[in-house]
Amino acid sequence: MDLFISILSGVCMALGGILLISGAVGVLRFSDFYNRLHAAGVTDTLAASLILFGLMLLSEHSGILLKLILILLFVLLTSPTASHALAKAAWKAGLKPDTSNDKPGQ
Amino acid sequence: MLTVITVTLLLVMVLALIRAFKGPSVFDRVLAANVFGTKTVLLIAVMGFLFGRPEFLDIAMIYALINFISVIGILRYFEFTHGGKAEDET
Repeated sequence: MDLFISILSGVCMALGGILLISGAVGVLRFSDFYNRLHAAGVTDTLAASLILFGLMLLSEHSGILLKLILILLFVLLTSPTASHALAKAAWKAGLKPDTSNDKPGQ
Repeated sequence: MLTVITVTLLLVMVLALIRAFKGPSVFDRVLAANVFGTKTVLLIAVMGFLFGRPEFLDIAMIYALINFISVIGILRYFEFTHGGKAEDET
């Protein structure tokens, strides 16, 4: 049982790592600010929760588990809110997304 | 596995810094700061497990809060002053 838990946590953290890399590359290479914001927001939240879940599986003491659950709760609550505030501030400041390669009539 | 995740997190933080330096508009830099802060939270949590020090999780918890408040604070400042003009800074 113990081996299974450590394997599961390894798999969770590996998936989290892969998503982290994809999010970071997305933030770096996307053309427009709003694309980058989307890339950062989506993978950032999912990768963080996967890694924190992997850590939860590793934790023996219940106090550690409670702290990890609180951190997961904070990240899941604050990250989307920060992304929303960022998008609203950018939009209000007049940063227009580039609709150059939008297909017409859609 | 923890060391692999630590190296990945450090790599992602470097990529976020590159975006911070390259970012044309101010909001790209704020986005990079937000991504950097969230990754710091994860890094502190993973390092806590790596060194067997459970107190690190308190630091990660506090850092998650401070990161959020700092992003909101920066945005309150930049919301009106740095309009579309940010494009002609580059």
